[in-house]
Amino acid sequence: MALTETIGEATINGLAYVGSLARLSGGAARAVVIDPFRGRKIRFSRAIHQAMSVGVGAIPIVSLISLFVGTILALQGAYQLRKLGALQLVASAVAIVMTRELGPLMTAIVVIGRSGSAFAAEIGTMKVNEEIDALETMALEPVHFLVAPKFVAMAVMMPCLTTWADFMGVAGGGLFGVTNAGFTWASYFRATLDALVLRDIFTGLIKSVMFGLVITAVGCQEGLSTGLGSEEVGRSTTAAVVKSIFLVVTVDLVFTALFYFTAPQ
Amino acid sequence: MAMEQTHEDDPGGVAISVRNLRVNYGEREILHGISFDVPAGETMVILGGSGSGKSTLLRTLVGLEQPTSGEILMRGRNVALLSKSERNELRKKVGMSFQGGALFGSMTVGENVALPLREHTPLDDSTIQIVVRLKLDQVGLSGFEDYMPAQLSGGMKKRAAIARALAMDPEILFFDEPSAGLDPIIAAGIDELILKLKKAFRMTMVVVTHELASAFLIADRMILLDKGNIVANGTPEELRGSKQQRVRQFMDRIPEPELNAEIDYLQMLTGENPPERR
Repeated sequence: MALTETIGEATINGLAYVGSLARLSGGAARAVVIDPFRGRKIRFSRAIHQAMSVGVGAIPIVSLISLFVGTILALQGAYQLRKLGALQLVASAVAIVMTRELGPLMTAIVVIGRSGSAFAAEIGTMKVNEEIDALETMALEPVHFLVAPKFVAMAVMMPCLTTWADFMGVAGGGLFGVTNAGFTWASYFRATLDALVLRDIFTGLIKSVMFGLVITAVGCQEGLSTGLGSEEVGRSTTAAVVKSIFLVVTVDLVFTALFYFTAPQ
Repeated sequence: MAMEQTHEDDPGGVAISVRNLRVNYGEREILHGISFDVPAGETMVILGGSGSGKSTLLRTLVGLEQPTSGEILMRGRNVALLSKSERNELRKKVGMSFQGGALFGSMTVGENVALPLREHTPLDDSTIQIVVRLKLDQVGLSGFEDYMPAQLSGGMKKRAAIARALAMDPEILFFDEPSAGLDPIIAAGIDELILKLKKAFRMTMVVVTHELASAFLIADRMILLDKGNIVANGTPEELRGSKQQRVRQFMDRIPEPELNAEIDYLQMLTGENPPERR
């Protein structure tokens, strides 16, 4: 009985949490899409500021990680492909895994660490310092003012970062391909382009947008639900990272399954 | 009684009227049906010890907490019944200075003061800059536009917060513990600023504090809250002359026996009988 109760309670809490994320995302969507038609200005300058820190600031670390992951993929792939005498397939293996899966996923993990946690810390600190209350007393809605620009920035920057990560991953695979598998850089990139179809890239980019929305929703929700006291900010930040990683992987699973079952045979 | 032109629509010159206000945090009732009026153009000081419910009262007045029952009439309208857009319109006429200042750490002092103007008025940038300079000048912070809040001292932060609260030329100004955490000289400076604003603008002000000296200096009327009830409501002279035991204890700073048990503390907060322990 206790076990079923625990499972039931956890399920209800989980659903309630997803509901709160949906409410926050809905509020942000309203602020971005509907409110401008009602004469409420939307601050693009804030969204651009966020986009710079979320996107441009992440380029060096995303580049490095994607390059390494591409090389690792090539090494691991070659280990098996060599046995089959199909070492030349290493380019297509890296290209497909990077664009469909690891490009979006590794980018999401980096962005969670850099920006999801920062959203939670920023909003959490504002909550503790009564700045969120101050916004409300000034008739400025926190969702409109703080959360919506973050959603816009993420929805734009995640696919951009992911595209870059895909490219760097392929380049990382190329490092192995050129030095150990008899490719030239030109032939490696040609093999990559031959292996990819547009669908591979698009499914990856659609996932990256979804990841971006999940990361923003979780980061902001954790920030807004910060309790009293500065130690609560630490708790929110940790929770934002852990929950974001879990939800990103869950969303990844759902979308990958969806794309698999809807793929043209 | 001082009547401002802007308060003409308030019946009887009452800026805020609170009727039988009850506020709960979860199961626990914090305010037990309190009623009072704040006359327009006057300064009302809400006194009370820690846990008396004075902060909750202030948060409810500015709409950060929802009342469980009762009415808050502001400019003649029941705040609880307003739609979201009506409430936002009302909030533009109300300023609030928070205990810690609550300045936005990522913006300069000038941007903090300019924010409500940028968001709510069609004023162009150069006009906003002039208004910002004017407001900072009123609180004695001329020339600090480009400072970040973290670079300011405690007293300056509070002044900047007051400038931000003044930005929209509010009819009612709320202060949460304006002199808490400041040394006596800086605190006296804040009191002086409040008096100056009162004299210059004849604004309605509601000040929550537990600092007696400051309260008696700035108040036109005072209420003393204790365990979520109003135990005294009158002019500073009336409160000073009160014979009521609870008022005397507060005025004469007579300590209470220390609370050691959690249950006693919870009872002190709410004045309720403790629930059965689980």
